[in-house]
Order: sequence, then C-alpha cells, then structure tokens
Amino acid sequence: MRFKDVFSIIGPAMVGPSSSHTAGAARIGLAGRRLLGEMPQEAKISFFGSFAATYQGHGTDTAVTGGLMGFHTDDPRLPDSVELAEEAGMDLVFQEGKGLFPHPNTVRLDLTAADGGRKLSLLGTSIGGGNVEVVEVNGFAVKFSCSYPTLLIRHRDQPGVIAALSAALQEEGLNIGGLSLSRMERQGEALAVVELDAPVQAGLMERIGRMPHVLQTDYMDLNDDRGNDDELPDAEGTE
Amino acid sequence: MNFRTLKELSERCSESGLSIGRLMLEQQSRESGREPEAEFAAMKDYYGIMKDAVHNGLTRDTTSRSGLTGLDAQRVAAYNAAGEPSLGGDAGRAMAYALAVSEVNASMGRIVATPTAGSCGIIPGVFVSTQERFGWSDDEMTYGLFAAGAIGYVIANNSFVSGAEGGCQAEVGSAIGMAAGALAELRGGKPEQAVHAVGLALKNSLGLICDPVGGLVEIPCIVRNGFGAVTALAAADMALAGVRSVIPSDEVVQVMLEVGAAMPEKHRETAGGGLAQTPTGKKLMSELRKKGRPLRKAEDERGNAEA
Repeated sequence: MRFKDVFSIIGPAMVGPSSSHTAGAARIGLAGRRLLGEMPQEAKISFFGSFAATYQGHGTDTAVTGGLMGFHTDDPRLPDSVELAEEAGMDLVFQEGKGLFPHPNTVRLDLTAADGGRKLSLLGTSIGGGNVEVVEVNGFAVKFSCSYPTLLIRHRDQPGVIAALSAALQEEGLNIGGLSLSRMERQGEALAVVELDAPVQAGLMERIGRMPHVLQTDYMDLNDDRGNDDELPDAEGTE
Repeated sequence: MNFRTLKELSERCSESGLSIGRLMLEQQSRESGREPEAEFAAMKDYYGIMKDAVHNGLTRDTTSRSGLTGLDAQRVAAYNAAGEPSLGGDAGRAMAYALAVSEVNASMGRIVATPTAGSCGIIPGVFVSTQERFGWSDDEMTYGLFAAGAIGYVIANNSFVSGAEGGCQAEVGSAIGMAAGALAELRGGKPEQAVHAVGLALKNSLGLICDPVGGLVEIPCIVRNGFGAVTALAAADMALAGVRSVIPSDEVVQVMLEVGAAMPEKHRETAGGGLAQTPTGKKLMSELRKKGRPLRKAEDERGNAEA
C-alpha cells in the first residue's frame, strides 16, 4: 500500500500551490536537512521529469529550499525560503538532472554541511498528495516514506547485524513497520533503513552505534518538532 | 486498514453496522496507534482550515503570483447574489466555494490537500456549502471527511491521485468521487449507495488530462474545481435516487489506472501538451519564464561553477 492512512489522503495542511510539487518537495528537503543533521551550507538541487518542466510555476525550488531550512509544509515562510536561505548563507544551485529517473516527480539533493563537513546525497520522489518516497541515500537503493520515525544504519555486510539490530529494537518494544536493506557489494558497506511505529530514545541510538560492524547511525522523525524547529537565519549555518 | 477495495469497504460497513466515516476513524486509530479522539480532533482541525480557506477566497485578494488567476470565486458569488444562477443557488454556492479554495491555493495561501492541492477546492466546496444548507454540525462534517478519506485511500492505492502519474482524472476526478460518496453518506445514504456515487462520478472524468498552462496549478485547474463540486452534487443525487454504477466502482478505478498509464507524458502535468501548448498557453508560459529564476542545465555545470 503506497498510501498508508487517512491523512495521506486528507492532508497535509499546506501552503499552495501543489501537493506533489510544493508540499512533497518540501518534505524531501526537510528529510535531507534532518539526515544531514544541520542546515546545509551548499545544496545542489537537481530536478527531473515534471519537476524539471514545471518547478517555477509550482515553487518546487522554493519548497525544497524551505525543507532544507527546516520548514514544514504549512509554514507561512515557505514562499520566501530562497531569500531566507541565501540570507542564512546557504549556497544554492538549481539544475536539470541528467539520466534516468524513477518517477515523474524526482529530485536529487547533494548537500554539504558547513566547513566542508558531512555530505549527503538523496534521491526523492513525490508520489502525490504530499506523500514522498526516498529511493536512494548516498548511492544505496532504499525505500522509505518519511512518515514514520526512521533509522538509517550504515554497516558492514556481515552475518548477524540485522538480527542484533532487530533484537535491540524489540527490547525497547519498538515495532518495525518497514525495512529496506541494500549493499554496495558482498561483505562491503550496506545500509539498513528501518521505519518504526514509535519514536526512538537517544540511549538506543548510542547502543546501536556501538554494535559490531555498525559504521554510522542516523535517525529522522519529521513530525517530532511540529512548531519548534525554527532555526531561522540567526543560526548563520554554523555552530 | 481492513479494506482494499470499495466493495470490501462497503462489506466491512455492512458487517459492523458502521458508516464509512466511522469505520475509517476506527481503522485509522488502529493504524496509527493513537486514540480515536486524537485522530478525530486532527481531522476536525483540517475542516477548520478548509472553512477558513473558503472564507479567505471569498474576501481576500487571491491574485496568483503569475497574475493569471484570482478573484473568480468573488465574481461568481456576486453573480449568484445578484440574480438567479442557472445552477440554482445551492450548486452555485458549492461552485463559488470550490473556486475560492483553489484560488487561495494558487495564491500560496493555506489549504488542505484533498487529496491533492490541485484538487483542494472540491471537497471544501461541497462540504461547506451543504453544511450551511442542511445545518450539519462540524462533527458530522468531520465524519464526512473520514468517509471521503476512505474512498480516496482505495482510489490512491489501486490507481493514483497525482496528475503527474495519471492526469487530471486522478486528481480532480478522485476528489469528485470522494466528495460524491461522502455527501451521499452525509445525506443518509447507505455505504453501498455512497460507493455507487463514487463510480458514477469517476466515470464522468475518465480520460481528463493534466495540462496546466505554464505548469501552474491555475489554468485550467481552478475552474475544474468549480465544475467538480457541481458534479459531485449531481453524482450524490443520482446515487441517492437509486441510480447504480453498472460497471462496479472498483472496475471504474481500474479503468482510471489503465487510462492514466496509457496517457502520454505531455498530458501528465509536464505542461508539454493540451491547453499548455496552445498558442496562448505557450505565450503565457514564455512570459512567465522571463520573470522566473532560470534552471541551469546540467551540461553547463562543469564550465560554469557560478550560479
């Protein structure tokens, strides 16, 4: 089921004009910001398909940028987000993507944190009504909706990693609602993406981070901050 | 959810004795793990936003950023008030309200996607106008939104609800089906009748392409929302009168999938065909492009690092 519940049909509350080209695009941008962990200093945004053809009229560029600024789909600052991002020191490049793309509404985000820090590459699709699917993260094929608390565990492709991970989640009473796993090569690096029915506590993240073969842990819950992720331009994009 | 098709939805309602709206609330609570009261309150808040959007579209300047659209809802409302619209006052009001919400959307105001922003006028147009007419409470309207959501859930998972995937039939068409089914239930129809209303409505928009001028959710999207609200009233009336969708509604949904999958890309929200590529549509688009931020081609990137 691509659409999971009633609010994926009725909703989201949003600033217009397009649920797929504006609201969905904002959610992909917000997912990128959350996974990067901070406002990107550089953001290269590549549009494909209908996104490339009609991004101007729909404000897709503005919406993705709003997401990168931490704005939700109904944030009244969304229409001004490009100006706000530039004031905050974000270096934005919008371009038409090259090559094949998985869905008519596809965007690639190539993000770099301040001072040449972390990098993140994300391919997101906007599937209608503000719903999205992320289909690639840093070269790993994945599939997640950004609708649930989501764990991304980069690890070595070795026996027992997923068993240990799911055991740790079970101990905390956390149910896995979705799981995608892919690897670069046999015994190489792999990425597990786990969608959960309830939020994760900080202690569990540390515990997973210390597990054998685990290289990196990231966690994202787009709804955990409704109303307080308001780091406006005063944050300057630096610590 | 314990249903995947409209037939199953109708059966679950018969088995449980629940309306579509109440069944959907129960199922939503099960899916989310939250209390039904919390889910109900969230939906009621959405209804409040819809009513605000109707009001804003009838009272504020809704000129869009492109300048191509705006204030048509107010023109229709003034015309309705001044005389005798051919539609009659009630359908005329549904049309004006639907236009109002779509114009709020096009002018970057706050709306609720139902199921999308391109089709955000139809459900509020039908709901707010019939609430005024029949004196229903906000709680009843909220159950109506759960009913509309249940219908949309089936359509979205068996076909599509975005113009880029399936054309306008998937956006405006789905919204009309959702509004028609929910209205049939609000007016006391059985779940089976509500499902017939969905099929009757969907049949009327099959094949409708998504061809927005300049890619904007303005021309023809806004007027299609106005027409859509009127069609939803008609479909609900037919179903309540006992008219049946001889081709079962689930099969009509499958036709929408078939037609949408066969639709050329130029007719799926890319502004590459239809009204967008008429001489006037092209002229408007090129004027718009001159005003906007240009998109850089990837090919230029290597030799041109500056934005």
